Amino acid sequence: MSEKFDVIVVGAGPAGSACALTCAKNGLNVLLIERGEYPGAKNVMGGVLYRKQMEELVPEFWKEAPLERPVIEQRFWMMDKESVVQFGYKGLEWGMEPYNNFTVLRAQFDQWFAKKAVEAGALLINETVVTECIVENGKVVGIRTDRPNGEVYADVVVLADGVNSLLSKQLGFHKEFRPDEVALTVMEVINLPKEKINDRFNLEDNQGCTIEIFGDSTKGNLGTAFVYTNKESLNIGVGTTLSSMIKAKIKPYELLDYLKTHPMVKPMLAGGESAEYLAHLIPEGGYRSVPKVAGNGVIVVGDAAQLVNAIHREGSNMAMSSGKMAAEAVVKAHKSGDFSESSLNSYREALNSSFIMKDLEKYKDAAHTFEKYPQYFNEYVPMMNKAMSKFFTVDGTPKREKQKQIMKSVTSERGTIRVLQDIYRAWKAVK
Amino acid sequence: MHIVVCVKQVPDTKIIKINPKTNTLDRRSAPAILNPYDAHAVQEAVKIREITGGTISVLSMGPPQATEIIRKSVEIGADRGYLISDRAFAGADTLATSYALSKALEKINNEHPVDMIICGKHAIDGDTGQVGPGIARRMDIPPITNVIEVSEVNQKENTVLIKRKLTNGYELIQSNLPCLLTVEKEINDIDYSPMPNMIKAARYEPIIWAVSDFENVDRSQMGLKGSPTIVGKMFTPPRPEGGKRLDGTTDEQVKQLMELLMEKKDLLTIQSAK
Repeated sequence: MSEKFDVIVVGAGPAGSACALTCAKNGLNVLLIERGEYPGAKNVMGGVLYRKQMEELVPEFWKEAPLERPVIEQRFWMMDKESVVQFGYKGLEWGMEPYNNFTVLRAQFDQWFAKKAVEAGALLINETVVTECIVENGKVVGIRTDRPNGEVYADVVVLADGVNSLLSKQLGFHKEFRPDEVALTVMEVINLPKEKINDRFNLEDNQGCTIEIFGDSTKGNLGTAFVYTNKESLNIGVGTTLSSMIKAKIKPYELLDYLKTHPMVKPMLAGGESAEYLAHLIPEGGYRSVPKVAGNGVIVVGDAAQLVNAIHREGSNMAMSSGKMAAEAVVKAHKSGDFSESSLNSYREALNSSFIMKDLEKYKDAAHTFEKYPQYFNEYVPMMNKAMSKFFTVDGTPKREKQKQIMKSVTSERGTIRVLQDIYRAWKAVK
Repeated sequence: MHIVVCVKQVPDTKIIKINPKTNTLDRRSAPAILNPYDAHAVQEAVKIREITGGTISVLSMGPPQATEIIRKSVEIGADRGYLISDRAFAGADTLATSYALSKALEKINNEHPVDMIICGKHAIDGDTGQVGPGIARRMDIPPITNVIEVSEVNQKENTVLIKRKLTNGYELIQSNLPCLLTVEKEINDIDYSPMPNMIKAARYEPIIWAVSDFENVDRSQMGLKGSPTIVGKMFTPPRPEGGKRLDGTTDEQVKQLMELLMEKKDLLTIQSAK
């Protein structure tokens, strides 16, 4: 006879482990199933982990978790072919408790996080693929795995199976995601001695820096590139929506090679040794792409529920919060003995009233606007670079005259009305 | 039928890095895994149990983290696991290791008589292949090495029929039980573990013994003290040379190839005899 658990969580990423941990802490009998050789083996992220949501799950986690560096500086680059306009913020307060965010290597972090769930009493099983949910009388009652005698039953199944979420697709919660709803990101981990990183990025040992790069980093397509500092390595990556890649006929690895050899980037990586190459889809459809997240006996969390704020590169924190909220709904359902959709919908309500859905709602048009109007990336970034170059080049032109020339070149390139339209559109998209 | 399988946790040598200065293994650079030969040993015990019934125990010596490979053995199908873990065992060579394991085996045998012991041919980190035969010698049972098939287990007569791999063929031998086998990888394919085993393994807590749990032990035969082996030198073997390219017309290439094959024909015979 197959076993029955209170809850089965499919996928030991941030959402799944957060959910398993919270359920186990509340005394539920939890089975956490991971398809990789170990949690984190198949997971990819640029590398920024936010403190706030993690701390709600494991207080003072920075004292024990395998973290790389606390981020004390965030830089933003508007990059053209041979120039870059930069701004950013560096603050020592981010280098002290309680910190703001950290760079992490997911292969290590996810193992540690899943171990916290195991220590709380969850059972973790690796190297096992869940092939489908077992549905009886319109209710999810368990899962089937690819192993012999692979059925396991539970009151609730939590789907934390990541961006493609084949399981929630099988249940009809969403269709195949469209190419404009997902981004493809490729990245490399490049080993570099600690001293070189500290010198190049103007950091101390326990200080980290992130750089987000717009413009020529994606050859003007909708997307971003990034360089993050780890202890003794750099994470460098680039991603654009799949639809942009298809339209522009670019291959993701070509984009990464282009970035790595870009004159503004290359010196940062010099002498580094490529240690890992990773690629992953990111759900970036935002508010309008969030599918049904609760059904009879089933809940969807994290990337599987498309909970990513692409504008602020937040995803793992939303995954953790959604996992925790899902667990709270499961605990409540366990007490009442009601695992129906209407009972589990308390999870959806919690999502709606949290920062997750509020932030996604705020930017609900952003991705679509920038996708539809690529000028923000392929025209304004070069324009900004030209303007700054002109403004700071001392050539005897009076400054007032210079300002006039700059304004004129902007309006003549795109036309005054279109510039005003673009400004209004961008403001509307992110307001 | 009670089969005990001896297992070892090893760094994955497929991935491990070697420090070019000291020529030692950088153990942090590779994950710890169940020695692949030992996985086949557990699988063979499972195959035997399917026919004879009975119990499979696994035994390992190592730090507390070695619990992981006992769980892995339970995934494959072991019923229970023993871990002997004590600072007194640290630094053991093959002589001291076989002493410690044989003490644990004596204790297991007293509680639940052992019919067969199975070990992997060797561990992929040390490649000595000495611990299995060492245990057999100390337990005074026949060691049967390089096993590629357990052809028959006769419980009535208390015998086994075993196929051994030799350098130029194989050997079929009969032995009394209890005996000790060390197995080659080709003895079986490891099954994809069923889900109930996975759940059982995730929950499993092995029985852990320290030196103080054993009676009549000679501490001078344990750990570093009981290890006469001295490592003289460690080095990375040279990379194997690449293939040879034959140039010229087709006829010339065929001629050269035939000459090469004739030179190596001894090797070819051995391969086909297997």
